[in-house]
Amino acid sequence: MKFRIYRYNPETDAAPRMQTYDLNIESGGKMLLDALVLLKEQDDSLSLRKSCREGVCGSDAMNINGRNGLACITPLSSLKEPVELRPLPGLPVIRDLIVDMTQFFKQYHSIKPYLINNDPPPETERLQSPAQREHLNGLYECILCGCCTTSCPSFWWNPDKFVGPAGLLQAYRFIADTRDQATSERLDDLEDPYRLFRCHTIMNCVDVCPKELNPTEAIGHIKDLMIKRMV
Amino acid sequence: MVNRVVVGAHYGLRDWLFQRVTAVVMAIGSVTLAAYLLWQSDMGYDRWTGLFSSQPVRAFALLFLISLFFHAWVGIRDIVMDYVKPAAVRLAIHIVVVLALMMYSIWSVQILWGM
Repeated sequence: MKFRIYRYNPETDAAPRMQTYDLNIESGGKMLLDALVLLKEQDDSLSLRKSCREGVCGSDAMNINGRNGLACITPLSSLKEPVELRPLPGLPVIRDLIVDMTQFFKQYHSIKPYLINNDPPPETERLQSPAQREHLNGLYECILCGCCTTSCPSFWWNPDKFVGPAGLLQAYRFIADTRDQATSERLDDLEDPYRLFRCHTIMNCVDVCPKELNPTEAIGHIKDLMIKRMV
Repeated sequence: MVNRVVVGAHYGLRDWLFQRVTAVVMAIGSVTLAAYLLWQSDMGYDRWTGLFSSQPVRAFALLFLISLFFHAWVGIRDIVMDYVKPAAVRLAIHIVVVLALMMYSIWSVQILWGM
């Protein structure tokens, strides 16, 4: 199989380049990450992140033939050759396919991704009914791989001000949680023209999410709550 | 340095809602006008002036145009927010756009009631 992979070491290279690789591999039943591991055996200067290799950790998010995804759950047989691999767009490149996720996590932390509840902790857990728990489905599964946020043009233009789809999905995850008491503060925090309202519902996030989550829908729910609160 | 968090411009929701509402007004206006034009095959000068001599038509046309101007304001401001970073240039563009839209509003009244 033929590959074209983005190579760039900001410390030594003047500009990024695309390097061509040829790999003898049977595509049947194998994932893109398997091929990348073999390529790294060929050329150990090729840099990428990987960890769980089963779509749970989110380390190997990259731009695959123009579309963000996880290498470990992308079947080789689904890819058109030459397979073009680039780092996630919109973030600074550390080396080759490795990007600096600092800005992404800064935005994630800014929505206070933890339960805020000022009541004294009960003897047992804070319980929810099955119906209340049901609201968290489709929200808590996010693995923070960054595929959605880095496919969002609003994040490319304003990474310091727009929270991005991953962060907003998590914001709604805590707003929707019946055990959380900071709904109003959370809505206040997102009501300015940038943090949530840079979203223009183009749904790139929904298109690329490897966990098939729907940040656009979560953003819509947050807007609904803001309107309900206002009128 | 004090680690300040500058948050507090709470007009994100208002502007977003405004853009939705004005879009609905414009959609109703456009579809109604399109349907009228399809229904009326020969639209001459007399028909046009006759149509716009009715006060409700004038009022709705003005509502349509004001909606368009508000919608355009939010839209242009959004584009400027994404692409124009220096505050001075941004402010200058905002002022020019707002003044132009205000002028268009006055001009619209003049056109609609001057026919």
